[in-house]
Formats: sequence, C-alpha cells, structure tokens
Amino acid sequence: MDLYREEILDHYKHPRNFGHLSGANITSEEMNPSCGDRVMIEIAVSDQEIADIRFSGQGCAINQASASMLTEKVKGMKISDIMKLTLYDVEKLLGTTLTPSRVKCALLPLEAIQKAVYGQ
Amino acid sequence: MNVRADFPQLTRFINGKPIVYLDSTATSLKPRSVIDKINEYYTQYTANVFRGIYTTSEEATSEYEKAREKVATFIHATPHEIVFTRSTTESLNLLAYSLHPKEVVASILEHHSNFVPWQQLSYLTVWDPEKPIDSVMTNKTDIFAITAVSNVTGIIMPIKDIVRTVKGINPKCLIVVDAAQAVPHMPVDVADWGADFVAFSSHKMLGPTGVGVLWGRRQLLEEMKPFNYGGEMISEVHVDRTVFKEPPHKFEAGTPHIAGVIGLGAAVDYLTKLGMDNVRKHEEELVSYAIKKFKEVRGLRFVGPDIRSGVFAFTMEKVHPHDIAQILNEDNIFVRAGNHCAMPLHEHLGIVATARASFYVYTTKEDIDALILGLQKIQKLFS
Ligand SMILES: Cc1ncc(COP(=O)(O)O)c(C=O)c1O
Repeated sequence: MDLYREEILDHYKHPRNFGHLSGANITSEEMNPSCGDRVMIEIAVSDQEIADIRFSGQGCAINQASASMLTEKVKGMKISDIMKLTLYDVEKLLGTTLTPSRVKCALLPLEAIQKAVYGQ
Repeated sequence: MNVRADFPQLTRFINGKPIVYLDSTATSLKPRSVIDKINEYYTQYTANVFRGIYTTSEEATSEYEKAREKVATFIHATPHEIVFTRSTTESLNLLAYSLHPKEVVASILEHHSNFVPWQQLSYLTVWDPEKPIDSVMTNKTDIFAITAVSNVTGIIMPIKDIVRTVKGINPKCLIVVDAAQAVPHMPVDVADWGADFVAFSSHKMLGPTGVGVLWGRRQLLEEMKPFNYGGEMISEVHVDRTVFKEPPHKFEAGTPHIAGVIGLGAAVDYLTKLGMDNVRKHEEELVSYAIKKFKEVRGLRFVGPDIRSGVFAFTMEKVHPHDIAQILNEDNIFVRAGNHCAMPLHEHLGIVATARASFYVYTTKEDIDALILGLQKIQKLFS
C-alpha cells in the first residue's frame, strides 16, 4: 500500500496552498470528466517566476496530493524550469511509480500549472 | 448456489492471495463448460458457416444455429427473431442506423450505448422515471429507449407497464429495451414485456466477449434495411441489384464470431441448468446481506432502491472512488470506479463518480465480507 503512504494522505487531508489568491494574475483549470477530478490554479507571476500559487478543486488522494506537493515545489521557480517538469518529477514527489490508470490523476495539476504559465 | 468450482479464474491467486471479483456488471467470469465449448469449435470443427458442404462446416453451422435456438428459448422468442451482433452497443447502433428515427425519448438511467446513438442520430428527449411518461413523450415520438435494469442503481424497471403506457400515448412508437443487465440476472420473457426490440451481450451472461444479441419483432426485422452489407446476408447478387436474405441473416453480414456464438449457447445451457429463478433468488439474498453489511461502514452511501439487481454504486465520505478501488485492489478485491458509462445519470444524481460492486452466480457472502473489511480499512485510513 505504498501509494497511500502517510505523506500522501497528509497532503490529501491537509492540502498546502489550497484556496484562492487575491493577487493572482493568471489562472487555469483542468478536469478529467471520467472521474470528476478538477483542479483550479491561481498564480501570481513576477519576473518570470512564480511568486505565489494556490489551487482548489476536488479529486482523489493522488490528484490532490500531487497538486499540494507541486504547488510547494513550484513556488519561486522559473517558468522555463516549470515547463520542463514531467511525470518523472511528479512520481518523485509522490515517492512512487504510478499504474497507467492513475497517471492522469497525478498529472492533472501539473498540466494545469503548465497551461497557466505557458507563454507568460 | 455453489458453483465456484466451475469457474477456473476463481482458483487464481495474485500475490499469494485469492481474488474477490466484484465487477460482474462490467463482464462476468466464464465457466469451464463455456471455455470448453469454444475450444471444441477451434479444435474439432473449425470451418466457416453456411458455406461448406463438407462435414465440419455443417457441424459448425448446426452448432451456430443451435445456439440461436437456445438463446431464443431462453428469452421466450423464436429463432428467426434473434440477430447476432458484436455487443449490446452494436445491437443498439444497428437500430439507430437502420430505423433512422426522428424523435427519441430515452431515460436518464441509460448506459451511454442506449443514449449516445440516439442523441447523435436523432432528436433526443430525456425521461426522468420519477415523472410521468407523457410529460416528455408525444404522439410524434418514434422510439422509446429504456433500460430494463440500471447498471448503476440496480433498479429493475417495470418494462411491461412502461410498454403499455408508451403504446397508449403513441401505438406506433417503437420500444427498445436495453436488457444487458436483465437477461443475465433474472428470468426474461420478451413476449410478456411486449416491447419491439431487446438488446443484450453474451459477455455479461457467462459467455465470451464479442457477441451481442438483438431480438426484434419479426415483421419489423423484415421491414428494416440491413445495417451492414456484404457476404452471408444476401441470397442473390447481380451486377445491378441484390436480394437480401430473410431476417435474422439479413443483419449478419460477413463471417460472424462463430466460436463466440457457440460459446454463448453453452452459457445459456449453463444458466438454464441453474434456473434463472434461482439465479435471481441468489442475488436477492446477496443484495439483502450487502444492504445489512453496508451499515457497518461509516460514511457509505449507495444510490438506488433496496429492491434491485445485484449491483451497488456507492460513495464514501472523504474518499474518492478511485482511491477506494485502488486500495481494495491491494487485497485483490476488484470493484470499478468512475461513472460506469452513465454520465447523464451521475450528473442527474449530482455525483461525479461512484465505486461499484456487483454480484453474480459465483458471488458469496464471504466476498461481501471481504469487501466490507476492505472498506472499513479505507475508512480508517482516511479519517
Ligand atoms: C445496461 C448496459 N447497457 C449496455 C451495456 C453495453 O454493453 P456492451 O459493452 O457489451 O456493448 C452495458 C455494459 O457495459 C450495460 O451495463
């Protein structure tokens, strides 16, 4: 049951950077209609860097933990570096490899973040 | 009902543990007799049907047509009203393309396969079964599409009453019944229902995948245009014209899934021997047991009525259905998660997704106990 390690459940139950950001200048939303996972991202960008970030929405534990961990990771990161993040980085954050049916859950937050900052 | 020994897959161990299969609504396991029968075709009389004058081709043709008779008897129909297709989905598409209705009413309970074809090819209005039928149906409605049993709520629809009401509003309206979850689980008598078309799948009733059934009233099948054109479905082809065979062969273009149909025949034999009344009784017992046991899982809610077929879609507080299914999988307990090809129904219920556990002839109370234990573990993990 290493997919549901203490750390993942902790991020799921107590998500970091959850909520809204009043100073946000970009937002995006991604969803997976087949399971109802939905992630909304609000970001304040300054100087090609993420100054602050919040997420909201709902989803499974993998999805929500991934969003929570990713928002922690990308804070202060350069946009050009964020665009380079892949499934590999998400799996490293989650501390596990994912079966094909769960990859979509874990990647949804990254897709939302990359879509938001793309072209900024 | 003690049939587990007949199902080879139930002897399988994964990671040193037995499996608890609770996804029969998606597809059923197969008994040895069905597997053997399919094997028999491939080892004893592999040949095309309707083409050879030689012994094995005649054997194959005879077995293929015998399967049609068995299916017909099973649902109280006559063999020439039984069309073999690839699946329930194909049976329903055949109807949508061949009948080309202008206006269709389908219930909100429908599986996408009895919803999307009508939505895409006709003008579709949705019926909420809590409301009277004449609130949506008019005398211009060409087709009324209804599931006999929901693959989400397990509700058993009163098809006979619905047929009477629909025909009362518009006697010309054709009634299409999706019986994919009815024929495998309870006695079905198409004559008693009084509908015009009934569709179901082999793979949900102990038979192989790749075979579906469409039952239709003889006269309607005769009047309808074929869905596919090609070999097997013609009686004469000339440069300028073609004469089609009579139904059902008119609708079976090309080499059919011969082994699959013969396998379905063996599945029907198996179910007939068990007795469909017994199959239903077994599921009724499991349903009441499950409802009692579900109360032991805090935060669990299932959708639909207490009197139902052996399928439960449910949610748990604070736990996403994906996580439920994945964690149960750690203990080889196989349930499904998602919207179960019934997104309009989930939207109607205001739920994005559910986990679903479903039963069949080989399901036991011990399987349900294992599920409950697994769910209690999840409950603890997430609280
Ligand atoms: C009620 C119902 N209708 C239709 C189908 C479609 O069956 P098939 O995928 O075999 O075409 C299913 C099962 O998936 C079902 O449960």
